[in-house]
Amino acid sequence: MAEVKYLSEHYARPEFKTIDGYKKLGGYEQLAKALKMQPQQIIDEVKASGLRGRGGAGFATGVKWGFLPNNGEPRYLLCNADESEPGTFKDRLMMERAPHQLIEGMLISAFAIKSNKAYIYIRGEYMGPAAILEKAIAEARAAGLIGKNILGSGFDCELDLYLGAGAYICGEETGMISSLEGLKGQPKLKPPFPAVQGYLRKPTIVNNVETLAAVVPIIRDGAAAYRKHGTEKSAGTKLFSISGNINRPGTYEVPLGYKLMDLINIECGGLKAGRKLKAVVPGGSSAPVITAEECQKATLDYECLAQMGTMLGSGAIIVIDDSNCMVDVLSTISHFYHHESCGQCTPCREGTGWMERLIHGIVHGHGNEGDLDLLLKIAEQMKGRTICALSDAAALPVLSFVTKFRDEFEFFIREKKSKVRGGQIYAQVSH
Amino acid sequence: MFQLSDDGLKYVKNELSRYEVKQSAIIRCLYRAQDENGGWVSPAVIEHLAVIMDIPAAQIEEVATFYTMFNKTPVGKNHVQVCVTLTCGMLGGRELCDSMMKEAGCKTTGDISPDGLFTFSKVECLGSCDTAPMVQINRESYTENLNTEKGIELVRSLRAKSSGATGKGH
Repeated sequence: MAEVKYLSEHYARPEFKTIDGYKKLGGYEQLAKALKMQPQQIIDEVKASGLRGRGGAGFATGVKWGFLPNNGEPRYLLCNADESEPGTFKDRLMMERAPHQLIEGMLISAFAIKSNKAYIYIRGEYMGPAAILEKAIAEARAAGLIGKNILGSGFDCELDLYLGAGAYICGEETGMISSLEGLKGQPKLKPPFPAVQGYLRKPTIVNNVETLAAVVPIIRDGAAAYRKHGTEKSAGTKLFSISGNINRPGTYEVPLGYKLMDLINIECGGLKAGRKLKAVVPGGSSAPVITAEECQKATLDYECLAQMGTMLGSGAIIVIDDSNCMVDVLSTISHFYHHESCGQCTPCREGTGWMERLIHGIVHGHGNEGDLDLLLKIAEQMKGRTICALSDAAALPVLSFVTKFRDEFEFFIREKKSKVRGGQIYAQVSH
Repeated sequence: MFQLSDDGLKYVKNELSRYEVKQSAIIRCLYRAQDENGGWVSPAVIEHLAVIMDIPAAQIEEVATFYTMFNKTPVGKNHVQVCVTLTCGMLGGRELCDSMMKEAGCKTTGDISPDGLFTFSKVECLGSCDTAPMVQINRESYTENLNTEKGIELVRSLRAKSSGATGKGH
């Protein structure tokens, strides 16, 4: 097995960005096809394809669409392009290389769920992709693909781009909805789920960029063809963002179920000469870290990684070699969650701060013997007690790093220097 | 006192009718006002937007203070935001930030360099981990695949580009 360019087939062609180039390569043909189908047929096809949310949660897309109530209220489609999970950058590539693929996928999905208004919520830092998308939206509107009576079908759909302004929490769907409503991006308690009460308390479907783009080939080739890739429960292909200590970092599309070590060694050209694999964070910074030994058995699908106590998440793989101090790596992760906690729930607001301060203390040589048990205790207390999953996302790396690499933490506390790098870690060099 | 330009006022008016509720216009209007105010959102900016958008100042301030891309204090002409999370952290983002700051003459993050040209911030993951370490200057496209030498060179070239000029608005 190797790369399967199912979604990314034409990403290397610069003309794919433009409406003319996109159309020449079959673009918007699936929209025309979908508009002749019954909306329910599209939902059924997406359900049958086994497509699962590519943003992180991995929830079945067609099932999510099925949660919309039939109450005659206006419905909204919201594309999550916030892409803020550390390690993730595949949506950026998709929007830069194939903005019309996303727009086509959104229009098909909006038709399927009977929504006449769709938004792309893009993180504020993505000014480059935002400009590309705005141009593509204008092109599609000028071509009669957005707006009233699309392709003479009688279906109306408006599509607009909404800019965030720097907040990890806006990648959480209810936080994103708060932000779209012009508020602080603080999550809301579920239920009600957005499909029932979302944007402006109206039924809203929130899907990731990659999820919505995948609807296009599913309509083109059918669910059965999509299922030829991947595994029974993890169907299709996925774009993986892979970075860290490897020779060829980047975005790779492989079938789900692909071996992690093959991706690292074949597609990414392995590690730097002379370096050994130490650990991998397999699904964005929130995913528990796995050791080099665990990596040998890991396949890139939802089930295998869940069985290993971690997750596929957004498909962001961070490769860590033996030159890294795990205490230092965890310190950047814990700083991140403390900075990004929205402050609503006490266990998260306070817990992320406590964890960061404890780890900060250790890397500065002020660690105490009881710190590790305290860290583990705080992390345990933070799980499952808050409105959204940020608290869990902050706790899981701490639990896994401290448990799996405890000797490095203990050494640091005892010797007041890194087991791996001695005095050569950032905190000790600069302070 | 802060006053948006005529074009800025037109922009705000257009944004106010763009979304289902007018509050949704706050983020883009804050960006616009920040740009016109030399890169930061002052209390006067919030007051002005509150009046012209007919939205309580507290609500605009709430948005301005929640999101990190609104600067609540003045910044230099080039606001260099250095990613330091996970991959960038592992591959030298923090050291990059320190050496660029030194070259620019900034003592710490948040400082404005004596020539008014630079402010540095250490920011969280910008979604460009395959080109780590990297920075974003103001709200421009990313500057990627950096190292200490390239970072110092970047500061020098930005200085050369704006030689003689100082930061606007302060």
